[in-house]
Amino acid sequence: MPAGTLYRGREGMWSWVAHRVTGVLIFFFLFAHVLDTALVRVSPQAYDSVIQTYKTPLVNLMEYGLTAAILFHALNGLRVVAVDFWSKGPKYQKQMLWSVVGVWVVLMAGAFYPILQHTLTSWFGK
Amino acid sequence: MQTDYTYTDDVVVASAQAHTGQGLGTGNPADAFVVEPPRTRTKKTPRRTRTNFEMLAWLFMRLSGVVLVVLILGHLLIMLVLDGGVSKIGFAFVAGRWASPFWQGWDLLMLWLAMLHGSNGMRTVINDYAEKDSTRLWLKTLMGAATVFTVLLGTLVIFTFDPNI
Repeated sequence: MPAGTLYRGREGMWSWVAHRVTGVLIFFFLFAHVLDTALVRVSPQAYDSVIQTYKTPLVNLMEYGLTAAILFHALNGLRVVAVDFWSKGPKYQKQMLWSVVGVWVVLMAGAFYPILQHTLTSWFGK
Repeated sequence: MQTDYTYTDDVVVASAQAHTGQGLGTGNPADAFVVEPPRTRTKKTPRRTRTNFEMLAWLFMRLSGVVLVVLILGHLLIMLVLDGGVSKIGFAFVAGRWASPFWQGWDLLMLWLAMLHGSNGMRTVINDYAEKDSTRLWLKTLMGAATVFTVLLGTLVIFTFDPNI
């Protein structure tokens, strides 16, 4: 364990940690996603059979998780841009983080049914 | 009475003059206790670095990030949210979208920007946590090779896609 794994805590450090963790997760998914999409060059059957796994309940739930990671990384990334380029960015970084969290919660609530509808309708009917 | 102080300012540099590597040069012995700031240019640092690579990488992360917010949130909206979510996706759906140069271009730009943005982020993470020089080199080489392979594969797939395969 490298020394000094805790910086100052609070909003600044934890948003930085969350940005890293979500970034690395998204990057690893990206490799898998380009590879699965490349199967369209093999055959329609090969592609469709892999896409079938994207429609299973567990992977469907992971898509919701992926959306959560991407949405946080996107919104917090805009906050980082604002901190770097807007003269009042550093002053309002905390308020901007809680705005990011607020928008994230609202969008995730709104995305719950649309993203999981495939699983929900297969379990409970339309 | 004059005291003969012995100290060196070879690497100890005042923060106000961090870029010069020359120290304060005032002759004050307290100079010896000035803490060297991070990334100080010492006498071992080349007089001029060849490029602004790190600044350009920093700028690229912000510019590509803003574009990726639009490209990827649009991609998620179309693929996972609208029109039945993931249910509709299949070979026929991909063929329908890539019949249009607009969506081909969208996906190509998204692929390149996302892979470069992600690999540069990973480079930063590796630099931060891999303490051994050789470990850092190997991790970055491996990650770079995987990135080049994936970008080229994805590009090839978009340009050579055949709906009648």
